[in-house]
Amino acid sequence: MLKHILTSAVFAGIVAGLFAAVINLWAVIPMVMEGELYESGERVHFAVDGSPQSDAGSPSIMDDPARHLMPAAFSVVTFTGYAFLMIAGMALAERYGHKLTMRQGLIWGLCGFITFQLAPAMGMPPQLPATPGPEVVPRQLWWLLTILCTATALGLIAFGRGVWPMVLAAVLLFAPHIIGSPRLDTYFGFAAPELAAHFVGSALAATALTWTMLGLCCAWFWVKLQQD
Amino acid sequence: MNDDVKVIAQSPDTAKVDSGLMGIAGAIMLGAILLFSAGFAQATVMHDSSHDMRHAMAFPCH
Repeated sequence: MLKHILTSAVFAGIVAGLFAAVINLWAVIPMVMEGELYESGERVHFAVDGSPQSDAGSPSIMDDPARHLMPAAFSVVTFTGYAFLMIAGMALAERYGHKLTMRQGLIWGLCGFITFQLAPAMGMPPQLPATPGPEVVPRQLWWLLTILCTATALGLIAFGRGVWPMVLAAVLLFAPHIIGSPRLDTYFGFAAPELAAHFVGSALAATALTWTMLGLCCAWFWVKLQQD
Repeated sequence: MNDDVKVIAQSPDTAKVDSGLMGIAGAIMLGAILLFSAGFAQATVMHDSSHDMRHAMAFPCH
């Protein structure tokens, strides 16, 4: 059992992690690098001379190709971690008679995206460099709380029977957002707002894509390695 | 005597159930450790080398 979980999760994590690295390199990392231009002061938006404009355009990822190797490796580690959690959930579901197919894998992937990216993004959107935020520890606690509540809620919706699990799921889905994420009482961001908005949209779209891929990979490897 | 036979016949089943749950628990722990090290480890070298990925995946790491 553990061997089946280990091998499926590692294979799914490597495929999805490499896929994520490529998607991020294409659609997200250039904006992170552009944000760093504001963080370092190389670009200034609303400069002291009263000019409200700053140049647009990202640095090329080919300027410093070596820089992208380690984040790509960490992308594989991250998705292998997520794959372990997802396959543990799939194995648990299968123990209770829920057969796993590619279609189920797709739903698992989308639910992973909602749990780990979309729900936390409502209180703490992906942050461009040059966006000061509140203290890190309360944010991490809220992030963890939101993930645990959302995961439990989606589990109840998927596997619960009757009305009460649905009611509890609704409470759990809303609770972290009613409590509210830690926020500053002033705006400090000094990057162009258009860039920050584009970054958030692209980062969420990229994770939606990669989580879907992870769900499909987990289901495929889990079923495939079971047959062998 | 009959009882003994019964016990011997049951024990592999019980062991199988436990190893399944242990496997699942082990996978959850391994996953959490990997995510913590990739997303939150504060050592500067870890932070710098995973920086862009942490921003893209929205880990609240700094």
